[in-house]
Amino acid sequence: MENLQLIIPELFISIMIMFLLIFGVFKKNSSQLVYNLTTVSLVATLALIINLDTQIQSSLFNNSYNIDSLARFMKILLILSGIFVMLSSSKYIQINKISKIEYPILILCSILGMMVMISSNDLIVFYMGLELQSLALYVLASFNRDNLLSTESGLKYFVLSALSSGLLLYGCSLIYGFSETTNFNQIMVNTKEIEYGLTFGIVFILVGLAFKISAVPFHMWAPDVYQGSPTSVTVFFALLPKIAALTVFIRFLYIPFYELGDQWQMIIIFLSIASMVFGAVAAIGQKNLKRLIAYSSISHMGYALAGLSTGTSQGVQSSITYITIYLVMNLAFFSCLFMLKRNDEYYENIDDLSGLSKNHPLLSLSLLVVLFSLAGIPPLAGFFAKFYIFVAVINEKMYFLAIVGLLATVIAAFYYLRIIKIIYFDPEKEKFESKHNLGLKFTLVASTFFILAYFIYPSGIVDIISQININ
Amino acid sequence: MNFPILSSLILLPTIGALFIFFVRSSNSQYQSSKYVSLFITLANFFLSLYLWIVFDKSIVDFQFVEEREWISGFVNYKVGVDGISILFILLTTFITPICVITVNATIKNRLKDFLIAILILETFMIGVFCSLDLVVFYLFFEAGLIPMFLIIGIWGGERRVYSAFKFFLYTLLGSVLMLVAIISIYWITGTTDVIKLYELGIDAKYQNLLWLAFFSSFAVKTPMWPVHTWLPDAHVEAPTAGSVLLAAILLKMAGYGFIRFSLGLFPDASLYFVPLVYTLSLIAIIYTSLVALMQEDMKKLIAYSSVAHMGFVTLGIFTMTQQGIEGSIFQMISHGLVSAALFLCVGVVYDRLHTRLINRYGGLVSIMPKYAIVFMVFTLGALGLPGTSGFIGEFLVLMGAFKKNILVATIASLGVILGAAYMLWLYKRIIFGKLINEDVKKMVDLKRFEIVTLWLLVLPIIFFGFYPEPLIDSIEVSVANIIDMNDLDKINKLALGD
Repeated sequence: MENLQLIIPELFISIMIMFLLIFGVFKKNSSQLVYNLTTVSLVATLALIINLDTQIQSSLFNNSYNIDSLARFMKILLILSGIFVMLSSSKYIQINKISKIEYPILILCSILGMMVMISSNDLIVFYMGLELQSLALYVLASFNRDNLLSTESGLKYFVLSALSSGLLLYGCSLIYGFSETTNFNQIMVNTKEIEYGLTFGIVFILVGLAFKISAVPFHMWAPDVYQGSPTSVTVFFALLPKIAALTVFIRFLYIPFYELGDQWQMIIIFLSIASMVFGAVAAIGQKNLKRLIAYSSISHMGYALAGLSTGTSQGVQSSITYITIYLVMNLAFFSCLFMLKRNDEYYENIDDLSGLSKNHPLLSLSLLVVLFSLAGIPPLAGFFAKFYIFVAVINEKMYFLAIVGLLATVIAAFYYLRIIKIIYFDPEKEKFESKHNLGLKFTLVASTFFILAYFIYPSGIVDIISQININ
Repeated sequence: MNFPILSSLILLPTIGALFIFFVRSSNSQYQSSKYVSLFITLANFFLSLYLWIVFDKSIVDFQFVEEREWISGFVNYKVGVDGISILFILLTTFITPICVITVNATIKNRLKDFLIAILILETFMIGVFCSLDLVVFYLFFEAGLIPMFLIIGIWGGERRVYSAFKFFLYTLLGSVLMLVAIISIYWITGTTDVIKLYELGIDAKYQNLLWLAFFSSFAVKTPMWPVHTWLPDAHVEAPTAGSVLLAAILLKMAGYGFIRFSLGLFPDASLYFVPLVYTLSLIAIIYTSLVALMQEDMKKLIAYSSVAHMGFVTLGIFTMTQQGIEGSIFQMISHGLVSAALFLCVGVVYDRLHTRLINRYGGLVSIMPKYAIVFMVFTLGALGLPGTSGFIGEFLVLMGAFKKNILVATIASLGVILGAAYMLWLYKRIIFGKLINEDVKKMVDLKRFEIVTLWLLVLPIIFFGFYPEPLIDSIEVSVANIIDMNDLDKINKLALGD
């Protein structure tokens, strides 16, 4: 029973899923109510997680489920992002007529899956969580079923993701075969000798995970899925699965495979460099903002991986800081995207932003801040995110990685500047609506303020993250 | 001493910008935001003047040092001034109000946003000159790109987008390597605090690469040949106030960085790369002077002359002699005043005729005599006539250069002649000659605010030309300290085989 106390947040979400499903089925026209209840239950879950005793570092259920500082922080991050996503996209799903009861429930399912992933300390538990979140995401991607692009993106995501899950599972079985256990800690103990099969297992698992965070060369799905899915789902894609997948990355690399660093380090460095450079170059020609942000997030994941590739706890902390700031920046960006609405239609092409600054000075200013921050220009938060990564990378004398990464930021700066140019330098177009719901406004203001004011007290987040220990 | 005077200098413009941003004003109230920014920038000027007066010129150490924990256990927010940086702060706070005055005529739309951009930029510029931590320095150095990018891009001329992008990407590309170097310094020595680094010194085996990384950033910003091409574009397209700030202050950040960081932190590497800097500086002086001769656009001509003048600056710094470095600093201050004034002069005629082509003008002396007088002073200042501040700087630089290398000094002296050639020719084509064009005949002489701004610049140029003591006094001890601290003299002598 002691164990159950520690997984109260997960239990609570599971109960809420079942309750909301039954409630939604029996009460007519309750989609908006279910949506709001979902948001409330996410807030409650957040409270439950924060309420857990921080001192406890325990492994439950035969050491297969971890409640530690990493899991705690990542779950808080996950739920917070979830809440903000819900707040900012409520209007969008109403207008696009995808406000059905299944929508918020699927989101809850996916979040539950991610929480399991974050805490998993066992190959099987991990895989279970992964599939739970993925299955919900397939449906969400194609949720706007009358839209061709949305359906296509759901199918594409399903096929490719299933393939990667297969690879991952194959990797897991290889690992199991060579270490005779599925428990992460046991794997570390049993794999002192490096065998080919084991290396293959690691590679397969890394491929599967790289697919989940859309690192090059396993990124092909991301632009199509980002563009095709409803924007409310795209923002979900851009934020939450990344948190979960990055946590799993950290766990895999730093617990079972920690001793095998020389086996995976080159792979991670390659993934990192390829993602940074490709993400930066491929985004240059894009015309659709969602597609552009897909490439941008590919490149951002490259930086997060650069931190992981160092193999030091400092590197891990810099990656966690990076993902935290990345979440805020993307949240702010998508909030701006949700505001580009005119006559119940949402606009998502770069050209639609033309001359935005004349009609909507405040919205343009937020976009300016967000874009410069994404480009990593000081004194905005995005700069610090990159700064921590490079501090960790250079400490390990990986100068090549650092210089390539920084050069990629210059290339990336070009396309961010291009958007700014369109907003500020180009002739104006028709006005967008200026009335928005409170949740969206709050999300935008809060995230922009965070980006803008981060430099005043940068220690805050770093101090929290530096208390996370991995093993 | 407890009053954080430097932080106030840094923050005051930002507070002003926030004030302008949050106070709602309709079109007719643009005036009020102008007065607010004028008030703020003037207050900042007097504050820095006060700082200069109470500053003790005989002390080697940094003064008014403030230190606060910032990124815990890693970087501290640390600011302070010595005799060198205080002059640049003074230059910044002097030029900014002049820019604010000029916006009246030059900026037609979004005046409020423009003033905010200028104020924010002032914050970053002052921050660059007084930060005593490498990371803080980098932060301010890079952050200045954002407002300048917008100033060029929003209020610039026809090819503004191209110029803004070129400016931003060139500078960013140069700077990222500096970031790698700064982080490497942290891991090598365990600190990014400049004062501590001065004491610790950096192992000679790392210096060359680190020096190159810093150089890549400063060379682009200076700008040195061959990475100077962004400057003419940026200058031509930027609005007058933008050109003034760019020429007068932003370019000086790099010269300041050379003295503070390249010489201060990497003395061995600086020595090693002296031939490289000499070569690039000489090419800049001669080649860009020749290019300037060929220009048909006034702003482009002055932009190229800036590159040539900055060539003198880099040359002087890397002579590593007392005279050379003092001359460079003097040249930077003088060029800050003169180039600002020249861009303002171009702005004056551009506002009337809306062209910068030199051959569209001619014979202005008969219709704009007041203009002809001030323009004369600035032309002479730019070519370094004795009695103007430009002379002192160039003279000292050449003196330092003659001490070290006669060939280099001789070639550089040729640059002075070329400088006289293109400036006087420019003056002749615009002011003298026949009044041919009808629309030129309709031009009116200087308005009151133009007279004020231009004469405000004439005074220091002539004053410091005749009486350079106050400036030299201020920098003497600090420059000597940089030379002594790293035994630059001794290293020099060894290299020369004395």
